Amino acid sequence: MSITYLEAIREAQAKLLRDDERVFIYGEDVGGTFGGAFKATKGLAKEFPGRVLNTPISEDAMVGAAIGAALEGMRPIVEMQFADFSSTALNQILNNAGTHYWRTNVPVPITVRLPCGGTKGSGPFHSQSMESIYAHYPGLIVMTPATVEDAYTMLIEAVTIDDPVVYCEHKYLYYHLKADKLPTEGGLPTGRARIAREGRDLTIVAYSAMLHEGLAVADELAREGFETEVVDLRTVKPLDTETILASVARTGRLLCVGESFPWGGATAEVISRVTSEGFHLLDAAPQRVNAKDTPIPYHPNLWAAHRPNAKTIADKARTLLRE
Amino acid sequence: MLQTAPRRKKSTASRAAPHERFLEAFRWMLLARTLEDKLVSLYRGGLITGGVYVGRGQEAVSVACGLFLQKGDIFAPLIRDQAGRSAFGEPLVDVTRTYLGSRQGPMRGRDGNIHRGRPRDNQLAMISHLGAMVSVTVGVLLAKRFKREKNFVGLSCIGEGGMQTGSFHEGMNLAAVEQVPLVVVATNNHYAYSTPNDREFACHDLVDRAIGYGFEGYTIDGNDLTNCLDVIGGAVKRARAGRPPQLVVASILRLSGHGEHDDASYVTDEMKRQPFARDCLKVAEQMIVDLNLVDPETLREWREDAAAQVDQAIATAQKEAAPEADQEDWCAVSTRRIADQIE
Repeated sequence: MSITYLEAIREAQAKLLRDDERVFIYGEDVGGTFGGAFKATKGLAKEFPGRVLNTPISEDAMVGAAIGAALEGMRPIVEMQFADFSSTALNQILNNAGTHYWRTNVPVPITVRLPCGGTKGSGPFHSQSMESIYAHYPGLIVMTPATVEDAYTMLIEAVTIDDPVVYCEHKYLYYHLKADKLPTEGGLPTGRARIAREGRDLTIVAYSAMLHEGLAVADELAREGFETEVVDLRTVKPLDTETILASVARTGRLLCVGESFPWGGATAEVISRVTSEGFHLLDAAPQRVNAKDTPIPYHPNLWAAHRPNAKTIADKARTLLRE
Repeated sequence: MLQTAPRRKKSTASRAAPHERFLEAFRWMLLARTLEDKLVSLYRGGLITGGVYVGRGQEAVSVACGLFLQKGDIFAPLIRDQAGRSAFGEPLVDVTRTYLGSRQGPMRGRDGNIHRGRPRDNQLAMISHLGAMVSVTVGVLLAKRFKREKNFVGLSCIGEGGMQTGSFHEGMNLAAVEQVPLVVVATNNHYAYSTPNDREFACHDLVDRAIGYGFEGYTIDGNDLTNCLDVIGGAVKRARAGRPPQLVVASILRLSGHGEHDDASYVTDEMKRQPFARDCLKVAEQMIVDLNLVDPETLREWREDAAAQVDQAIATAQKEAAPEADQEDWCAVSTRRIADQIE
């Protein structure tokens, strides 16, 4: 038996609905017999009547309502149909949920699920990775699970946390990533990165789907005699600077990989912190690989070249290792 | 003393004889006006940082928004709702502490002026992005339904400016889809900051939108306290009784600038001569005098009482310490184990 990343997300929600009567799911097409554009809520409306609710195409109001429900003691999960559409709810997420605890001392325990990242043929408006925008604003936790186990335990954790959580689930991993079974215990604490592979020559810091590209590169480089350490950030906010610095202390070289646009963002933040706090640990200038600074293309040929992939990451890694 | 209106189990306003209800409402209006006049003085004297935003001319509409809500109801006031906030139960000292920057206020110096609220006491804290609080109010009502509470309503305030936002439209539509017991009171004060109605919307009457949203719609003369109390009180009652969401559109003229930094020189003389430009507080007082509802001596005592309450609330806040940057927590999330990792 095996379980996919997507099934883990569904199972986590089923468990949350079963264990906690405060939980409900709110979003476009999540209810009825449909179960969401990606089927992440398939069957849940039937199993939990009245608690998995379809909404109008109103991202702003979906999140606004979730904020209100959370203030009144509920634990809403909002599903954005695509992460890209959360841009029309930015005001509620950033300015309302994100500021609320700071302003009023009353936290807003909402979880906003963002199906993010590229799949071929999806084009500019169904492929975006939004984690850096949410991480930039105060008051939000931003999760980017890269494994089936983390997809499951981190979603459960997200709903437990009293603060607003933006949970970035990668659409490419939905079906491609499988595990033998769901974890029976919680994972690492929120905000703690994981060493996905140990090495001593180079540190690759990645998250979400890019973790797997990073691991593929590590395999390739191993055949060339280099041992690559791969750090899975798990959450981009908080950012586990300690684990990253410890890794860079072992390897002296840092390459950050993110699927989002190149201007600023999570990879730039990692490099900024390592440069500021661990400059003396570095044997070469830290590097990063991101998507290109254009909208995300539709055609598979263009799309494959737009996002970081094992080849572009490996090329950058080899350059870095030669320095 | 009216210092704080304890949220009644049952609204007395809905049961009181009409003239008693009118007089209670008048006293909250008087208190709000007295307080805001004083805040304006403090602002002009340089004692308030940021801005001062008053509800001058809107008190009759606003007080009716707060007066009919009971324990368990939810109130989402907006910029010009001091009268409603007081009638709902907001202590005056919350206002003065917030404006004067006391660290003992509900916002502790982290937010100012009209952005205050006490969500735990069912008074939501507005954000400046207009329309956003409608769906938040819907969400609170949804939660109450999930929790199987009974007999509750929510009231969300908006202006004709905020009615033109996408967020407002989404919130209204969602309220009707969810059939939550919501009353939205929209006050058309004829200017969005400096922009007059003809550049704000092109529909014949804003209340016509009610049917499009799936609301029941009513209009009121915002200068006429009796009309405000009757119609908003009726809307609250209908929402509580399970009728569709209610939209009440009031017409007034804002008798101030957008904030006290604004001299409102764009308001034309013709506009000031319109019937809706009358001062609702003066109209209400004239009615009290004409109908001899209370004697002049009582009116004088009420004024003195309002002034004394305001003075006391200001004196309290002025004695209190300001927030200190080096004692501030500087952390925007509440979960300590996570907060410690966010630098």
